[in-house]
Amino acid sequence: MILPDALFYLFAFLTLLFGALVVANPFSRNPVTSAMFLVLTICAMAGLFVLLNAFFLAAVQILVYAGAVMVLFLFVIMLLDLKEEQRRKINLFGIVTGSGAVLGLGFLLTRTIWGGDFSQTATPKVIGDTKALGLELFTKGQFLLPFEIVSVLLLVAMVGVILLSKKELK
Amino acid sequence: MNVGLEHYLTVSAMLFCLGLLGVILRRNVLVIYMSLELMLNAANLALVAFSRFNDNLTGQTMVFFIITVAAAEVAVGLALIVALYRKRQSAHVEDLTSLKL
Repeated sequence: MILPDALFYLFAFLTLLFGALVVANPFSRNPVTSAMFLVLTICAMAGLFVLLNAFFLAAVQILVYAGAVMVLFLFVIMLLDLKEEQRRKINLFGIVTGSGAVLGLGFLLTRTIWGGDFSQTATPKVIGDTKALGLELFTKGQFLLPFEIVSVLLLVAMVGVILLSKKELK
Repeated sequence: MNVGLEHYLTVSAMLFCLGLLGVILRRNVLVIYMSLELMLNAANLALVAFSRFNDNLTGQTMVFFIITVAAAEVAVGLALIVALYRKRQSAHVEDLTSLKL
């Protein structure tokens, strides 16, 4: 059991590194760079999903997030024709208090995670492949209504986007 | 030490904090939106980890729904940003303060 552990540390490191580069890149303040690093973050996270035996979700993560959603982001960046974000007056007070609050939250979360007593099985057997997830979704009956509601939600979002992107917004 | 639930939850918490830091510190609306996606993904990772270590597929079903809703949310949010940019010619949060008293 040494290879999965090594892979976990590799993918966790990559996820956090790329995530940090999305938020604060020392070399470029261009939104396109952030978007590209977000793609890499999502791909590294799909690796973590595979390590957790969630194969279907890893594939969906890459298809939907790294594919569809990020293409949407890049289209909008292209459409807006954003210039390189020029440096403005930095609000030092905001940075210090904001970072302090986030650091506090991170400390609190880590303390809770390592101090808590989670119920967990020593030898997990669950495999999240397409068949298992499909059976869970469609045969037990408890997720049928949410599934239909989500499909209506997608339709509503589509209509809303078309309305919002009309030329003259009333 | 074997990698367990705590390790995955720690990665998830750190990723969530990174996303929150981006929302607070960055000034570009699009980058703020990407940081929000980062936070959403951190929550997904925690749910998948819980699902795996409790031998229960419900968590992964939840993530399936979250990804669907997130796709709809991104489409609507980006359309809003485009409409806002058409009106104001800026994607900088400090230029969008008409609700400020």
